[in-house]
Amino acid sequence: MSLSNKALQLDEAGRLLHFLTVDGLGREMLTEILDAAEGFTGVSERTIKKVPLCRGKVVANLFFETSTRTRTTFELAAKRLSADVLNLNISASSTSKGETLLDTLRNLEAMHVDMFIARHASSGAAHFIAQHADRGVGVINAGDGRHAHPTQAMLDMFTIRRHKGDFVGLRVAIVGDILHSRVARSQILALNSLGVSEVRVVAPRTLLPSDARSLGVHVYHDMEEGIRDVDVIIMLRLQKERMQGALLPSEHEYFRLFGLTEQRLALADSQAIVMHPGPINRGVEMESQVADGSKSVILQQVSYGIAIRMAVISMVIGAQNLRMQEMAR
Amino acid sequence: MNRKKRSVSIVNGRIIDPANAVDRVTDLHIAGGKILCLGEAPADFQPYQTIDASDQVVCPGLIDLCANLREPGAEHKATIASETAAAASGGITTICCSPDTYPVIDTPAVVGQIRHKARKARFSRLLPLGALTQALEGERLSEMAALKTAGCIAVTNAYTPLANTLVQRRAMEYASTFDLLTIIRPEDRHLCNNGCAHEGKLADRMGLPGIPEAAETVAVARDLALAETTGAVIHFHALSSASAARTIAWAKREGRRVSADVAIHQLHLTELDMEGFDSNFHLRPPLRTDGDRDGLRDAVAKDVIQAICSDHQPHEADAKSSPFPDTEPGISGLETLLPLALKLVEQGVTDLSGVIARLTCGPADILGLPLGRLTPNHAADICIFDPRQHWRVTKEKLRSAGKNTPFVGWEMPGRVTHTLLKGRVVYAEQ
Repeated sequence: MSLSNKALQLDEAGRLLHFLTVDGLGREMLTEILDAAEGFTGVSERTIKKVPLCRGKVVANLFFETSTRTRTTFELAAKRLSADVLNLNISASSTSKGETLLDTLRNLEAMHVDMFIARHASSGAAHFIAQHADRGVGVINAGDGRHAHPTQAMLDMFTIRRHKGDFVGLRVAIVGDILHSRVARSQILALNSLGVSEVRVVAPRTLLPSDARSLGVHVYHDMEEGIRDVDVIIMLRLQKERMQGALLPSEHEYFRLFGLTEQRLALADSQAIVMHPGPINRGVEMESQVADGSKSVILQQVSYGIAIRMAVISMVIGAQNLRMQEMAR
Repeated sequence: MNRKKRSVSIVNGRIIDPANAVDRVTDLHIAGGKILCLGEAPADFQPYQTIDASDQVVCPGLIDLCANLREPGAEHKATIASETAAAASGGITTICCSPDTYPVIDTPAVVGQIRHKARKARFSRLLPLGALTQALEGERLSEMAALKTAGCIAVTNAYTPLANTLVQRRAMEYASTFDLLTIIRPEDRHLCNNGCAHEGKLADRMGLPGIPEAAETVAVARDLALAETTGAVIHFHALSSASAARTIAWAKREGRRVSADVAIHQLHLTELDMEGFDSNFHLRPPLRTDGDRDGLRDAVAKDVIQAICSDHQPHEADAKSSPFPDTEPGISGLETLLPLALKLVEQGVTDLSGVIARLTCGPADILGLPLGRLTPNHAADICIFDPRQHWRVTKEKLRSAGKNTPFVGWEMPGRVTHTLLKGRVVYAEQ
């Protein structure tokens, strides 16, 4: 039997070994990550944007799937912690030469890498890497298939906490392609774990998992109903290729039914915030006035992303250092 | 091996022969590789060997309706020699082997090659299943008459069920011209949509692309309708859903000539076992809900499902060493077939005789072969096992070249002590 998410991600002392999924970590650990990120927000505003917490450590960005935003914010986060960073775009190199994921890992381990930050198109890839990596090497999931994108979810939680102060009593609506979204899965787990009062998903049935309610959400197919009185609206990116299957008839109809307009936004709580993991399709998920409007916190999400990733990297590497000290004793 | 050596007496065993409604402690005598009689031997009978089967069960050798032996073409996974040896140690004496080899079993030459290898290995009776369409591509019919002459016992399109309903109809019709059974893995290819797990709670949470139950039920309904139109005899292989089993139960009540089997692991595992992304639980058809498992168990108990198979799919370690969706599906299952079936008895699903029927005369009747029974003058294919001996599954204990099993660490009832093929001992416990 394989390890539970808790046993795989936390050591005996309850410290973070890997960060693969929000599932199984519990409210305390999530809060600890948010608190740690709070401490790192200041670093970006200093003249010397660096702290020496991870000096002498090697962090490898293992991206089997292309990414700009996530990869660069992870890279910045690691560099601000003074780690050495290797960027590997594997889709363009090894796998095309027939090297297996396991071989790629072994080769990097031979270079004494301390941490893998991995993105892969297959659900479960981060678990696989964590289970096959050398003991002592930390793994952070930067997105695996449709499964999880836990640092994105945590930066979203950070954004919400900054604006709303607390999670208790909040109503949050996630709008769009829930079925294919690793971001939505991680957000739902995090929001419920942190104790919001209601998580809603708003989408046509073709973009929802078969048994969406079992994820711990209320399901809406009507945008107006779904966002009424909510405190937070999270719009998901609609991949263009979804239009080619039989999932949706057209971008036009999608925007007409589920697009976020100023008019619809007025149905939400007057203090509501609008989030989006990016990149935005203007005129598909939301109109530009909303994306650039006063309630949009989309760009803050990006800068908070660096703080959250610094928090997670430093917690995993910090725990590695403590375990090494304990072993030396 | 001469005739004399294939004369054996198995004494003091509990003989279970469901086809002949036998369940009693007595002796079984074999002469010249065939069943001679039960009870007292004729006065002039001189066995070459006597096996004491006290406290053991003596039953017909097991018949596995579907196993992938990987030869020819994928010898890095397994070979006919390695897998038939594993089968013998699991009490299996007859194996139907899937046509998805390379080259595909769609010409008499490939059939001949496989049968030759099996005869050389001398562990099992190997019954090749012929391809329903050429190269399993689903477009042109295979030369079924020639395949039958060469020794194919039935035809199937294996893991690539036909998407084209017209070709499926023609294939069934053509097969029935030669009284060839069409074996179908019911799966609607479009509904599968590159899924790798049951579309349900677990796949939703794990973000695994799902295969809906409807992928199976739609295919079962379609092919039942085609069988009615064509009058063909069909067999549904490796069911995974309770709903499909209910549809087949209905068809049988209607008097249709249809049969079904289930892979033994579907009667023990569910989608919940996938948690943690262990690729040994990556199966096709996928593991479904506990309701499906219980429904399938019920169908076995009620004889809607007359056969239990291993759906043996041995893999090399690399095939399972990737993220879950990228791994090859399947379990190496020959050696856990009987023990897991005996677990059903322990768990009260059915009685010992009922379980043995699903592993012996049940599959034989589906194939229309005079096997799986201890009737005098029939081939003496025998399995002797100790139902009280328990053992723990480890990779080292498995003789199959494929070590890909989710049952490592499981405590199993039933240890095979002897396997006889045509009266010859092909396996004896050390």
